[in-house]
Amino acid sequence: MQAVLASVVSVAFHGAALGMILYVISVGLSVTMGLMGFANLAHGVFAMAGGYVLTTAISRFGVPFPLALALAFVVVGAASIVLERLLYSRLYTASDLEQVLFTIGLIFIAVAVARFIYGTLQQPVVLPEYLKGQFSLLGRDFPTYRVFIIGFSAVMVGLLWFGVERTRWGAMVRATVDNRAMAQSVGIDTRRLFTLTFALGSGLAGLGGGLGAEIIAIQPTYPFENLVYFLVVVAVGGLGSLRGPFVAALLIGIADTACKYWLPQFGAFPIYVATIAILLWRPAGLFGRHA
Amino acid sequence: MSTHAGGYSADPRIRRIEWLPWIVALAAFFLLPEYLSLGARILIYILYALSLDLIVGYAGIITLGHSAYFGLGAYVAGILAAKAGVTDPMVQLAAAAAAGALLGLLTGAIILRTRALTLLMLTLAITSVLLEIANKASSLTGGADGLSGVVIAPILGLFRFDIYGKTAYLYCLLVLLIGWFLVRKIIYSPFGTSLTGVRENSLRMHAIGAPVYWRLVLVYTLSATVAGVAGGLITQTNQFVGLNVLSFESAGELLVMLILGGVGRIYGAFVGPVVYLVAQDLLAKQFPEYWYFGIGTMLVLVVMFARGGILGILDGLIARMRRKA
Amino acid sequence: MRYALRTGTIVLASVLCAAQASAQTIKIGSVLTLSGPNATLGENMDRAIKLYMKLNQDKLPPGVKVEVITRDDGGPNPDKAKQLSQELIVRDKVQFLAGMTWTPNAMSSAPLSTEAKVPMVIMNAGTSVITTMSPYIVRLSFTLWQSSLPMGTWAAKRFKTAYIAVSDFGPGHDAQAAFTKGFTDGGGKIVGEVRIPLANPDFIPFMQRAKDAKPDAIFGFVPAGKQATAIMKAYGELGLDKAGVKFIGPGDITTDEELANMGDVPLGVLTVFHYSAAADRPANKAFIAAWHKEYGANSTPSFMSVGAWDGMDAIYYAIREQKGKVDPDRTMELFKQYKNADSPRGPISIDPETRDIVQNEYLREVRKVGGRLVNVELETVQTAVKDPWKIINNKK
Repeated sequence: MQAVLASVVSVAFHGAALGMILYVISVGLSVTMGLMGFANLAHGVFAMAGGYVLTTAISRFGVPFPLALALAFVVVGAASIVLERLLYSRLYTASDLEQVLFTIGLIFIAVAVARFIYGTLQQPVVLPEYLKGQFSLLGRDFPTYRVFIIGFSAVMVGLLWFGVERTRWGAMVRATVDNRAMAQSVGIDTRRLFTLTFALGSGLAGLGGGLGAEIIAIQPTYPFENLVYFLVVVAVGGLGSLRGPFVAALLIGIADTACKYWLPQFGAFPIYVATIAILLWRPAGLFGRHA
Repeated sequence: MSTHAGGYSADPRIRRIEWLPWIVALAAFFLLPEYLSLGARILIYILYALSLDLIVGYAGIITLGHSAYFGLGAYVAGILAAKAGVTDPMVQLAAAAAAGALLGLLTGAIILRTRALTLLMLTLAITSVLLEIANKASSLTGGADGLSGVVIAPILGLFRFDIYGKTAYLYCLLVLLIGWFLVRKIIYSPFGTSLTGVRENSLRMHAIGAPVYWRLVLVYTLSATVAGVAGGLITQTNQFVGLNVLSFESAGELLVMLILGGVGRIYGAFVGPVVYLVAQDLLAKQFPEYWYFGIGTMLVLVVMFARGGILGILDGLIARMRRKA
Repeated sequence: MRYALRTGTIVLASVLCAAQASAQTIKIGSVLTLSGPNATLGENMDRAIKLYMKLNQDKLPPGVKVEVITRDDGGPNPDKAKQLSQELIVRDKVQFLAGMTWTPNAMSSAPLSTEAKVPMVIMNAGTSVITTMSPYIVRLSFTLWQSSLPMGTWAAKRFKTAYIAVSDFGPGHDAQAAFTKGFTDGGGKIVGEVRIPLANPDFIPFMQRAKDAKPDAIFGFVPAGKQATAIMKAYGELGLDKAGVKFIGPGDITTDEELANMGDVPLGVLTVFHYSAAADRPANKAFIAAWHKEYGANSTPSFMSVGAWDGMDAIYYAIREQKGKVDPDRTMELFKQYKNADSPRGPISIDPETRDIVQNEYLREVRKVGGRLVNVELETVQTAVKDPWKIINNKK
């Protein structure tokens, strides 16, 4: 019994760490899709970029870890503004197919560039000493870094929710997600709002990618391999929602870890079946609004 | 996306220029004997692209999970050959088609009630489920090692599948001919016209009482059947099945091929795979990084400036020449 | 019937033409992994091939040149590998197939070897059954049974219980079966086992399972390279070394070129394997010196490099003995007689009955030497090991 409880705790813990990373990365995608109706399948590219920025800053330039995390956020967010102005903005009125194709094209380009610059190896992540090793809590050992991930992500999530609930920017976002035409007619500059929100979402993705580099390896094929996970979080959580993807990400993180632990012979099979079931039951996602 | 008219106002009789691809294909058989296995692969991908065009181009259903039907067809044919001792190629192909049809009907009926992201996600999830099964049921599918020992009996007892791919090429050409003929019939029929209606304005289709859902399910099933046949063909020509047939990367590549040729038109599905696979054969070996970069850039450019693909560009050129003349 | 005759004539004609042309250039088709997450594996093999060719030009008969055409399979992609092998045979008209980083790739290409009568020299893929798939296959690398069976036998003397964690594909299954046999025959008990997916695994849940079963040792096998580093990391992160659970396995898990990336976690890990870059026999020292001279002092060859190196040596031997006029069946006869007492890994030979490699297996421990982690060879566990799986199952 003791052993079962111990493994449940362990699975829940590791699953939560994975889930938090998935959320930090995917929340930007959810808001973007809800805000502008744009299917940005290339969202994983931003996460990957953040991971590369972090690992390069640490190993090549000796930047301390906290600063490197901040860099991941800022650099990726800034770069996304450029991309948005130059490319994405031309396709807001394009059909779904065109948006999908365009973003797949971006993924191909990003994969090639990453391979070209960084080669094909996984980027090694060198953690600072104070984040390595084990952390003792209530008689069990937890890897310190995972504890850090959960804690840090919780703080980021808290800030984000506060921002959306309490600030003017947040109110504008919520209004535009609800009804874009109406929001525009009351004078909200939806274009600028979108650029800002896009940058924020992409920056968060970069931060998540860097933070999670230990769990989800940074390598050139990252955007392809993890696309399904990010999309599942958003689809199951519900577009344009903040809480939905949070619940979805935690569920997926824990379910994935639990399945690998208790049912390794089934692999990720149960997760996909569950996704199908949930989406059929609630096509708009668990917390989505638009059907 | 306003693409080629789809032919609903066009004359359904086969125009003379439509025989051109087949002449080229036969010429290739005699002139390029060392490239026949590449040729067979191109033919199979043309069939596969045709199936995708039916749902993406004509019915407007966006899917990243079409490889589910391709892969299912491939594995069914392979398992029958390697594990059940069924070596007759016709039987294997028929089984692949039946499997594709069955899965297409089941999944189509379930997922076509949804739209947009949900639909896309469901197609991804279905493929992922199949991929996991193929990976884990390794006693049946060979798992990550792939399924060897796929035995194909000579066609009609006479034509063996040899290492040069001669038999394979002609066999695929024949199947493609039949497939093309059927797809063409569908598109030029009243049913095909109604598909364009669904794609362009499904609201109005509902208003005039045309049952949208069942049309979509029907075309989805047909498309899945054709994809299953293409999958069976690839197993038969390779005498091997690997997990690759179910991968997302190959589904993405197929979409690229279709866009390149021109989505929503039959011959887009011909031009796209030819150009893509030949270019890949020539370039990708030397410069794999540049290849991906090139494909990505091309995709972005096509979406932004040349939405009709290669055939669209050709159409534009021809129109411009006509205006000048 | 006509087709068979026609194909046979074409094959014969190509062979004759090739025999004629081979007075000048002999073409070898090498299928390796040069891109994707596992690119270092293929690169290490390719480098060994090129280095061997550079240093051994005098070992060829006069007027004979060797050309290696390299193709990238991108990883364990059996369909792509088969396609590449087919093109190498039909379009480039190679007289040898070589390389084969992965088992699935070798297995899918095997029928081509038989049909076209092109000898395939396997320089890495380690699943025992491969050499039985075609009479034209010879292997110069290793098999998992060769290392994992002695590992099991040795481990049974030190540990009472073990947990098995292997990658879910051919070599993994072999390693699992081999270790289980050696360990249980020696009186040990397997307390649990798990097969980890080959593509993009996340090792933490699997290692956690292993930890919770509280074994004395965990026997692990994953493909060398990036996955070895990842599983080692998981072992360290979960505090398994501190919990007193030893990590053991074939040398793939402490592969020489990756040790530098693994931090200090691997210290003390024990493996049984046929090659370590730190071996101090003269042939290896010369090999390492030549490698450093060509590729820099920071570069380390791996066991895959040695597989490729010895594979080239065998091919050159066959070419020499036939004075440049290579015939497939004669080549296979020559391969069956191949011996080399002075390989970087010690004495090797080919078993004429199975066409598989025969070599010594050494027990190694990861230690810090000169500030770097290396696999120190402690003792020779067994000499002239033939592939046990074939012996047990009576296969050729």
